[in-house]
Amino acid sequence: MDAEFAIRARGLSKRFGALLAVDHVDLSVPRANVYGFLGPNGSGKSTTIRMLCGLLTPSEGDIDVLGLSIPRESEALRRRIGYMTQKFALYEDLTVRENMEFMAAVQGLSRVQRKARIDELIEAYSFADRQKQLAGTMSGGQKQRLGLACAIIHKPELLFLDEPTSAVDPESRRDFWEKLFDLADAGTTILVSTHYMDEAERCHRIAILETGRLVADGTPAELTRALAGRTMGVQAREPRRAQAALHASPGVLSVAQIGNELRVLVEPGRDAAQLQAHLRASAIDAEVSAIEPNLEDVFVSATHRAGTAGSDASARHVAIPA
Amino acid sequence: MKIARIFAVMMKELRQMRRDRMTVAMMIGIPTIQLMLFGFAINPDVRNLPAAIADMADTAGSRALVQDMLATGVVRQVAPARTPQELQALLKRGTIKIGIAIPQDYERRKIDGREAVQVIVDGSDTTVQATARQLAAMPLDGSSGSVSSKSGGAPISVLSLYNPERRAAVNVVPGLIGVILTMTMIMFTAMAIVRERERGNLELLITTPVSSAELMIGKVLPYIGVGLVQTSVVLLLGMVVFDVPVRGHLIDVYGAAMLLIVASLALGLLVSTRAQTQFQSMQMAFFLFLPSILLSGFMFPFDGMPVVAQWIAEVLPLTHFMRLIRGVMLRGASLFELWPDVLALLAFTVVMMALAISRFRKRLD
Repeated sequence: MDAEFAIRARGLSKRFGALLAVDHVDLSVPRANVYGFLGPNGSGKSTTIRMLCGLLTPSEGDIDVLGLSIPRESEALRRRIGYMTQKFALYEDLTVRENMEFMAAVQGLSRVQRKARIDELIEAYSFADRQKQLAGTMSGGQKQRLGLACAIIHKPELLFLDEPTSAVDPESRRDFWEKLFDLADAGTTILVSTHYMDEAERCHRIAILETGRLVADGTPAELTRALAGRTMGVQAREPRRAQAALHASPGVLSVAQIGNELRVLVEPGRDAAQLQAHLRASAIDAEVSAIEPNLEDVFVSATHRAGTAGSDASARHVAIPA
Repeated sequence: MKIARIFAVMMKELRQMRRDRMTVAMMIGIPTIQLMLFGFAINPDVRNLPAAIADMADTAGSRALVQDMLATGVVRQVAPARTPQELQALLKRGTIKIGIAIPQDYERRKIDGREAVQVIVDGSDTTVQATARQLAAMPLDGSSGSVSSKSGGAPISVLSLYNPERRAAVNVVPGLIGVILTMTMIMFTAMAIVRERERGNLELLITTPVSSAELMIGKVLPYIGVGLVQTSVVLLLGMVVFDVPVRGHLIDVYGAAMLLIVASLALGLLVSTRAQTQFQSMQMAFFLFLPSILLSGFMFPFDGMPVVAQWIAEVLPLTHFMRLIRGVMLRGASLFELWPDVLALLAFTVVMMALAISRFRKRLD
């Protein structure tokens, strides 16, 4: 285990009966990074996180977290990690402060440490005027903020966040992410799963999961760069007709309408001229130009491959070596 | 194991309990209502049975006998009758439950030592039948010597035999402590843990350093307090309302209660490791509750049960508690003298607790 990585997993798999929920995933999460798990519901994000923090026993594979072998040394790991789920897991019938006191005591902080740390967090997470409010009566965003505060009450080195913002309004999401970067700045490694592109875009590195398989990983810039030349903008007078024609065209992976423009993702080796020619053959007047790929294209390209050409593992992987 | 963590879990539990008014009300309400129900309504002894007496002898002795019978309060004359035939007719119509026929040659039969009085009874109700048999035994005892001289003494000896309210409550109240503790302790603890599972609290807790033992002990401690409060409520009401005696030491009463509380809590914890929802845990608690109440000796005498039922009963904590509490409260025994049942309860607790802690995995799979 080199000190560079907080998490290393090799060939990680989890089988629930006949279902292979996680399929030979390799992961390397560098320290003090915000590492994003991107994938649709049921892609194995939660299962992977639960295996990494020792809540689930892997069916196969090796896990090394903070130098500890998981699940064997899970108990030792628990002192060093924080964990937070999408569902509010604190006590709705306790107040903000009581919840913090409970978590701090359970994490083994002494009475004096507890008081200082809670005061500090109440200040930093702006709960000063809500200390005595019952957690159950707060908004979704406030609850998640409290969840985060409690997850880091013992200053863990590693934070597992399982879709922490899926029930939160955009502004609270932004605040929440600011807090994550503050923590990463202070040296905390954060593994966060999400299905929001804008959140994934902000991560230092991301991994894309699709039906239990890791289909892409790297920094957002690396991943989008790998798609250079494969995204086209199509301006047509009749976008709906153009879209239908493009769907039928060979080598087109996806077409999405954005305003009046169509955003097209093509297979490698195709170019704008070919697309233009195809449209002209269908008697559609359109202007095709290359545009900058974004993370959504990466996601579509990665998950599309996994869905159609599943057998060829190397072609499936868009990844750039870490 | 860290005391601070156990304390934190316990404080949290107490705070939640304090905010849950309904549960607190139930904790006090259940024992009170149950005591009133069992104490007053479930009464195996009978009073005021409707009866008719056909006194065909109509002598001084027979009239005194009738008066003695009525004075017990067990029977109450509701209709006039002159002959056994009339009594049977009244019985058939359901007007009376018991008919008492005193034949014309009552005095002669009594001297001869033959059956002097016939009690005709509606045998469909076994309790009434049993009462009638006791009633029939009365005149033979009471008039074995000279009627006139003994007639003053006879009602007194009968009164001590027929004191229905006292006898029922004395038997029911001590047992009721056990029934209430068994019911509430198993259910409350099982639900308390399963509720955390249902609400997702447990998933968070198992990622923290808190150990299974710390979590379980911390959660269970407040309920020991609840159990002792319930014991006090039943005991106090039993003494004040039903005049139940505590012949042994109060410390032994609470000692016995404590043993049952801990055993029930351990059982509740075991239930909680199996149940996935609060509803399931309630069903399981109820499943354990029924045999407890039926086989423990609370409702039916233990010795009268078939051998297999007795085996099952020996495994139930309530059975042992029944022996302890009746021994302490009614016979004035000490826990030391009743050591086999004390030991049985302790063993039960240790086994259940060990099973619960070993079954409670800090894993989701």
